Amino acid sequence: MTLIDLANPTRFLALSARVLPWLAAATVILLTIGLYQSASAPDDYQQGATVKIMFIHVPNAWLSMFVWGVMSVASLGTLVWRHPLADVAAKAAAPIGAAFTFLALLTGSLWGRPMWGTYWEWDARLTSVLILFLMYLGLMALWRAVEDPSRAARAAAVLTLVGAINLPIIKFSVDWWNTLHQPASVMRMGGSTLDKSFLIPLLVMAVAFTLLFVTLHLAAMRNEILRRRVRSLQMMQASRVAFSSEVGTGSREENASKGAA
Amino acid sequence: MTALAALIRRDIRIALRVGGGALIGVLFFLTVVVLMPFAVGPDLALLSRLGPAILWLGALLASLLTLDRLFMADHEDGSLDLITMSRTPLELACAAKALAHWLAAGLPLIVATPVLGLLLNLDMAATGAVALTLLAGTPALTFTGMIGAALAVTLHRGGLLMAVLVLPLSIPVLIFGVAASQAAITGPLSFGAPFSILCALSLVSLVIGPFAAAASLKHGLD
Repeated sequence: MTLIDLANPTRFLALSARVLPWLAAATVILLTIGLYQSASAPDDYQQGATVKIMFIHVPNAWLSMFVWGVMSVASLGTLVWRHPLADVAAKAAAPIGAAFTFLALLTGSLWGRPMWGTYWEWDARLTSVLILFLMYLGLMALWRAVEDPSRAARAAAVLTLVGAINLPIIKFSVDWWNTLHQPASVMRMGGSTLDKSFLIPLLVMAVAFTLLFVTLHLAAMRNEILRRRVRSLQMMQASRVAFSSEVGTGSREENASKGAA
Repeated sequence: MTALAALIRRDIRIALRVGGGALIGVLFFLTVVVLMPFAVGPDLALLSRLGPAILWLGALLASLLTLDRLFMADHEDGSLDLITMSRTPLELACAAKALAHWLAAGLPLIVATPVLGLLLNLDMAATGAVALTLLAGTPALTFTGMIGAALAVTLHRGGLLMAVLVLPLSIPVLIFGVAASQAAITGPLSFGAPFSILCALSLVSLVIGPFAAAASLKHGLD
């Protein structure tokens, strides 16, 4: 079983249909365990119950970067190996990654309100996640701007790879910028290393969220393949209608009756 | 080599003649800087504190807005196809085009900076610092923006979409450009560190930009 075997969309659809229920079940089970464990984790001596936001926030933040990595690999697949499913994978991952990034920002700001006293702080980490979110949105706008999926795929692949090179540079420069403007006035979470009672639920949640991403990604890829099939069927039908209406008016009536049926 | 030199000469000549529109960037730069006092008030002390940031933002927007014509005009009259098919590697041709664009549209911005510095109450040293950082930083803006221009021509879309895609990529240049100018004017920090990072960013984009633009042209034009 190699990646090339999956190049056939029909085979991919059949395989993913078999795998998806198991993946979804594993995701649900792990999420349940992780949520239970994080709910029963002890309160932090400093932050109280609000520390529980961490169990949602950190996996989201982790996945926001992981998804860009997945998209970069898929973009390499588009540009280098011309794998037919690579651009489907890249396109399906973008909205999911944007959603994880948005959730990371949202939970972070909800956490920041009681801890820092403000919903938004121009902290280096927050700022670079916000820029990542902007880049996800830009990429999605690029996918939506062009009707032909294969043309959009190559442009999006170039942009994704440029982003993958640039994101560490942006992260570094934002860190630099922030330490220049406000040195260590912001209270950082987890000054000491994490206690085991926090670490285990966090790891379980991280694995659960990764599984959630894989499940959602596979489902979104299936949808995208089916959407493309519908599109090409519609285009075929449109060209048939256009062709037969050129041939004669008789056939157009025939088509109209066929369409009504 | 002669082909590249010819390409650079041709692009500069086109940009500077009627219909080229390279100098509109300077006019735009001037307008943005003139607009700023209306937004923040005619307070000279405040303006001189914000001066480097205003100049950098203006230069960033001006160089971005002139960029979307970089490949579009050549695509419309067919010469882009000739450049793509010629024996010169497309990456080098892209680099030559970006260099020509920087010479025609980027350098005038830097020449205009001292005049605009007067409007913002910057003294000689401060204006010099801003001009120097612009000289080191604007090549990065041009070469990163070229990726956006190449995407624009392959997608037949320009304007806002490209600005949205390229602007986040220019954040590091903006950060280090403004930081280096501030360090030279007021800051306790040394001028050397941010300025050398700014130069490094320009060099990195000099490498990445032509390759990414050529890849998007190669895959996109068919």
